[in-house]
Amino acid sequence: MSMETSMNCCEDMRSSVTSRRAVLLGGASFAAWAYLPKFARAADGRDPRLVVIILRGALDGLATVAPIGDPEYAGLHGAIALSSGGPNAALPLDNFFSLHPAMPEFSRMYRDKKAAVIHAVATPYRDRSHFDGQDVLESGFAGPGRVQSGWLNRALEGLPKGERVTSALAVGPVTPLVLRGAAPTVGWAPLVVPQASEDTAMRLVELYQHRDAALASALKQGLALDKAAQGDDMKPKPGAGGVAAMRLAARGAARLMGADNGPRIGALAFDGWDTHANEGGPVGRLAQLLGGLDGALAEFETEMGPRWRDTVIVVATEFGRTARINGTQGTDHGTGTVALLAGGAVKGGRVIADWPGLKPANLYQDRDLAPTTDLRAVMKGVLKDQFGLAEKVLAENVFPDSGAVKPMQGLVV
Amino acid sequence: MARDSQAALVALNRFGFGARGGASGDFLNAASDPRGFVKAELGRPNGALLEVPGLQSTPALGRAAFDYQFEVQRARDAAAKSAAPPAAGEGASPQSPEAKGQRRNLSLNSIAMEMAPKEPPAKPPENATTAGVETMQPAPPKPSPPRTAELNIIQKTFRTEALARLQRAVIADGGFAERLVVFWSNHFCISAAKGGLAQMWAGSFEREAIRPHVLGRFADMLKAVEQHPAMLFFLDNQQSLGPDSRAGKNRNRGLNENLAREILELHTLGVGGGYSQDDVTALAHIITGWTFAGRLGQLGAPGTFVFNANAHQPGAQRVMGKTYDAEGVAQGEAVLADIARHPSTAKFIAGKFARHFVSDEPPPALVARLADVFTKTDGDLKALALALVDSEEAWKTPLSKIRSPYEFLIAAGRLLAQIPNNPNLYLGGLRTLGQPLWSPSGPNGFADTNAAWLAPEGIKLRLDISTQIASRLAEGVDPRDLLELAAADTASVETRRTIERAESRQQALALLLMSPEFQRR
Repeated sequence: MSMETSMNCCEDMRSSVTSRRAVLLGGASFAAWAYLPKFARAADGRDPRLVVIILRGALDGLATVAPIGDPEYAGLHGAIALSSGGPNAALPLDNFFSLHPAMPEFSRMYRDKKAAVIHAVATPYRDRSHFDGQDVLESGFAGPGRVQSGWLNRALEGLPKGERVTSALAVGPVTPLVLRGAAPTVGWAPLVVPQASEDTAMRLVELYQHRDAALASALKQGLALDKAAQGDDMKPKPGAGGVAAMRLAARGAARLMGADNGPRIGALAFDGWDTHANEGGPVGRLAQLLGGLDGALAEFETEMGPRWRDTVIVVATEFGRTARINGTQGTDHGTGTVALLAGGAVKGGRVIADWPGLKPANLYQDRDLAPTTDLRAVMKGVLKDQFGLAEKVLAENVFPDSGAVKPMQGLVV
Repeated sequence: MARDSQAALVALNRFGFGARGGASGDFLNAASDPRGFVKAELGRPNGALLEVPGLQSTPALGRAAFDYQFEVQRARDAAAKSAAPPAAGEGASPQSPEAKGQRRNLSLNSIAMEMAPKEPPAKPPENATTAGVETMQPAPPKPSPPRTAELNIIQKTFRTEALARLQRAVIADGGFAERLVVFWSNHFCISAAKGGLAQMWAGSFEREAIRPHVLGRFADMLKAVEQHPAMLFFLDNQQSLGPDSRAGKNRNRGLNENLAREILELHTLGVGGGYSQDDVTALAHIITGWTFAGRLGQLGAPGTFVFNANAHQPGAQRVMGKTYDAEGVAQGEAVLADIARHPSTAKFIAGKFARHFVSDEPPPALVARLADVFTKTDGDLKALALALVDSEEAWKTPLSKIRSPYEFLIAAGRLLAQIPNNPNLYLGGLRTLGQPLWSPSGPNGFADTNAAWLAPEGIKLRLDISTQIASRLAEGVDPRDLLELAAADTASVETRRTIERAESRQQALALLLMSPEFQRR
């Protein structure tokens, strides 16, 4: 598939104004679904937020955070390899890893110790189908099982219940699998659509409640948009394409989640990372996407306001790409890749990696970066530190049968 | 046969695009002989073909696109010579021009306008009220200029192709053949969002590689798809070179396994169908050289499938335990013929087919029977469709699936008897609802389950779209009559009462379009 294919969901976004709907939702259906993260009223006023950004299509981790210090890297990644100087110069992170130059904001956050990288990471999935890989990444199960709920939704279910009304935020017209499940979500997509009247909506809710429980539930949640996400600056910048779309989705999500009673947990998905051909080095297709991601992280930082200091953003992808470039200046489906953390609550300024090396014998099946860290350990570490979820809940409910995968310690300040 | 309303609903909604309005008599016809109603469309010779004046062949479209791109490049080069060096990063995003041109608010409003062509052209809609909302950049929305004049040949072609498809869907008798086209087109999808040639060829790909085989043989469709220039472009195979081929050695370029992987994973065996990474690599080697001729036509007529022996990896290859040593294009064709009849393929196709038409969790006995038919008939897709219609399960299983956005918008157009004469409106609605025409976000196509289309945001947007349609079209129709045409006595008391008690025709029509009877199939 191509890189450019998939920003359609976010193309040409503009604001919609839906303040009346928050009323409809807040009073009725969600009161029964109140969740209160236990840190929310701790003495220090900490009120944690977690954003999960899924990059669909398998991000090239070796191009994003390049192991310039590994003597094999330049040869494997060929003409698109980043280097410490010259035309392919990257942004140094430490004396071994450097960051893709399209990510200056992440670089700044890293220097400020508000961003971290986990390298040579992978889910337990070891084959190379996007769709199964995404199923594992988002369902939280050890294998593709066609489960219709995601780990982030089950984490929400595991939160201690309280009186404050909140639920998770799904950005885009289709809820990502990671957030599907029994716990309530609200959807928001940065589009302009002239709205149905509240009266029509209420009548339809009434009809659905009598005749169709699934439609009733979906509609009630869909009506729960919050005006906090809205604003006339949500217009797309002409010609900016997917990059602007990422920023706009992030901006709206951040406004919703930055509110005092906003959703504690949110998920976004950005498509288009399947760089089979003409991936590009410091400029090109991947660079453009990474620039969009970088901008989206910056939007969160700006728009979350005071809540940024309690925020962790996790950026994850279903698997990586081949260590060697393929015959068409791109990369094919691989295994090990990176996960990125950003946010005021991240204990950053570090690349966390048990580096396997890139010698042919060290590659996974002689082709991919060998994974040495289980992505679930990262997710578990964040959930444990941010929300106090118990290891047992994490091992049994959120990531079933993952007792052997211990939460990574110390990711959160 | 006695009138059977429940079966009529299955015939029209599960197998078709819903009842047409006006004096079609669809519901009565379907109720008097439900199975016969569904099968009638399969009995017409070439009934799935789409031959409309103005639609051109893939090579003709290819030549037009090549010429256009050549002119654009020449103009760009000339400009670059005479001007300062271009800004860095410029032009690196071949964004779909169709996508770029569309504004959601315009297109939604336009859906309704499209469906009511006699309405005077409305000015672009204002945003919904902004009262009480902090306005960060209070500049008023720019009026949208008419865009028709700006369209290039690729955009025009896409719209022409889209319009032909939409019109066919709206006027088709029941729509079963069209539903089969949509199913197979999604199974073997390309994405116009890749831009350029993919956008140019999205329609001709479906007309040439899918429609002729929808009631034919799976193996023939498979071969037509994998050798179609649109697919070769979409999954990068025209760039893939055998590492030991003459071109591969000379040009220091090589293999791209994208198409080979998706053939095995998505088109035939299915993930878990028993192939390995080595099989993927071997198949990728085997189909090196499968490409299409470019503008200069050095390998053949521009825009046609050609086999480039210079790019082909020489020698025998082993796929799924069998060695293929034929030379040239025959090597790949032999693999496709074998995997088309592989048991994993039968199982994969049968499951997907039943899941699409019957239920997210189809009865296992039905899936097994369909797989059996697929195997015994050597992939006869008409036999597969008939077996589904003849099954008891397809008629007994409750109408539990939510209509996809495409099915929903087409069903609305049919009920309101509005034949589209401008595709933009539907295209915008589909984009808004997350199913942009011929543009899924990956080669696995659009999802086909309630989990995808019952998303909160999607349902809320459907309500907004239904309201827009109703605001334009409710004058002159009685929603109570339309409910009779769409569901007759299967309509629930609550739905009937909700429509009757609505405070306006507009509201009643919006509620009808959103009713479970209209949303489920």
